[in-house]
Amino acid sequence: MTTLRIEGLSKLFGTFKALDDVSLEIPDGKFVCLLGPSGCGKTTLLRVIAGLETPSAGRVFVGGADQTLVPTHKRGMGMVFQSLALFPHLDVADNITYPLAIRGVDKATRRARAEELLDLVRLPGLGARRVHQLSGGQRQRVAIARGLSINPQVFLLDEPLSALDASLREHMQIELRQIQQSLGVTTVVVTHDQKEALTMADLVIVMKDGVIQQAGAPMEIYHNPANAFVAGFIGTTNLLPCEINAGAISVLGHSLAAADGDRIAVSRGPASLSVRPEHVLLGAPEEGLRAEVTFVRDLGESRHVLMRAGDQDITAHLPPGGALRVAPGDTVGVSFRPGERVVVQ
Amino acid sequence: MTDMPSQTAAPRWLGLWPAAMLTLFFLAPFGIMLAVSVAHRDVSGFYEWGFEWDSYARFLSVFFAKVMAVSLSVSLAAAAICVLLGFPFTVFLSAMGHTAQTRILVVLLSVLALSEVIIGFSLSTLLSQTAGIGNLFHWLGLIPEPRAYTPSLFALIAGLCYIGFPFAVLVLYPPVSRLDPELIEAARVMGASGPRAFFGVIIPNLRGAIVGAFILVFVFTLGSYLLPQLLGRSEHWTLSVHITDQAIYQSNLPFAAAMSVFLMLVALALVGLASLAGRERGAA
Repeated sequence: MTTLRIEGLSKLFGTFKALDDVSLEIPDGKFVCLLGPSGCGKTTLLRVIAGLETPSAGRVFVGGADQTLVPTHKRGMGMVFQSLALFPHLDVADNITYPLAIRGVDKATRRARAEELLDLVRLPGLGARRVHQLSGGQRQRVAIARGLSINPQVFLLDEPLSALDASLREHMQIELRQIQQSLGVTTVVVTHDQKEALTMADLVIVMKDGVIQQAGAPMEIYHNPANAFVAGFIGTTNLLPCEINAGAISVLGHSLAAADGDRIAVSRGPASLSVRPEHVLLGAPEEGLRAEVTFVRDLGESRHVLMRAGDQDITAHLPPGGALRVAPGDTVGVSFRPGERVVVQ
Repeated sequence: MTDMPSQTAAPRWLGLWPAAMLTLFFLAPFGIMLAVSVAHRDVSGFYEWGFEWDSYARFLSVFFAKVMAVSLSVSLAAAAICVLLGFPFTVFLSAMGHTAQTRILVVLLSVLALSEVIIGFSLSTLLSQTAGIGNLFHWLGLIPEPRAYTPSLFALIAGLCYIGFPFAVLVLYPPVSRLDPELIEAARVMGASGPRAFFGVIIPNLRGAIVGAFILVFVFTLGSYLLPQLLGRSEHWTLSVHITDQAIYQSNLPFAAAMSVFLMLVALALVGLASLAGRERGAA
């Protein structure tokens, strides 16, 4: 029953506002990703939850209890650090059970727990190894096991996979999610990688300049971004300046009638139109916005067509095997799939 | 590209240069010292070549056992104090801002520019009866009469620490500043109190550096020659002072040589022991 609730949290470093009146509630057993560019305050928020930073204002509740002023070492949290922070002077098993040793658990119980956790992270029998004898992925797993060894109320991870190469990172994302689901521990992960957030999270919290921009399920955020920043940060999108007038979207001199399913959050005036590349349609020049093809990238699984219309760049992702043949220099007509257009401030 | 001489591989004979230097300036004098240490003392003059253990046998006397013990304990005490003061100092130093760190390190380095003579005389003045801090204490009403704090064991160790402290900090600083601050945070999150994280995580991970600083100050003060005479009483004389005394004033070169060999063996043994202790469990 570990709900994590944050109320009106602010954190100042000198005059720099790292967190600005952040409130959120994380239900028990959920996997949450704090997502945003560097300097957005996501790591500061995690560190406040861990007790490594004292907030300038606001409160942190863990399972209903106010933990704002509880010192770090009495919070009983599990945490994986960006540098992993495994102890070089201890072997793998002693690293994993360090929190138990602090709590005075006897050696036999600790050994058994280490074995159990090493099985969980699929490193059976490596308890006697030294940390420097492990590969990057193995260290990652040891750090996760160590974070989970006391069955923490809340499991915190600060950019845990950033040191791994791309393929291993994708693999570990899946594994981390599976471990979290099997244990049902409330988990908060800081990441700047939107794919990572979409892969793992039940709930994605997009942050910028110390403020939460949007909190929601991954697909909700993907399909229904709250503003231009979120639209641009999650996945790839075409962001075009537009004008809203009486339900019509005027973009690059073209007027588009709003269709069913289009999400228009602005009633009138200037705004931004966000269309995902997979919803950009190409046709004959007279069938839409005239654009000139600047580059074609064929990746087999899809074809990316880069175009220029007026002073705007537009990218389309076409499914493989389409009949349409375009080459750089061609003029095409661009349209946006009705129902997939999002207008944000 | 045709007749380019190989620039990467240095000619083999170049390696002989350091070997020759080492032989000329280290091995040869050391050999002479070894030979002299087993030579026969000629009371009227110098010494006669020969082979006898007489000079070494003199170590077995109570007097020289005492000298050795004093010499070692003075150096051990100075090294221990330097490390005990230097380690927390370095930990705080590395947590400071960049400019503050640079300034403090420059001040520390400038201490190294002072010669032992200047430090010795300054301290003996500072601790004297006529011009020393005794007057300050008297003026503050702490002591009834101004008094001298030198010569004494305290003055000697203070002087040795003054010299040894910057060395201790300079050895400790790089590893301490490189220590991942997340290690301490990790220990804290996992339930370790401040002191527990310090002794359980920081100290073990910096053991190599601590041992290194200890050895450096120890070996450095073991060879200290001037300060024991300036600040200490004769019973605080270190082995280095006794070696000079024997060689120059007592004209007993074989015994001085034997003491030098002994000093070197003791220093080597301690360095070996300490580095063993540092290497165990792979701490670096």
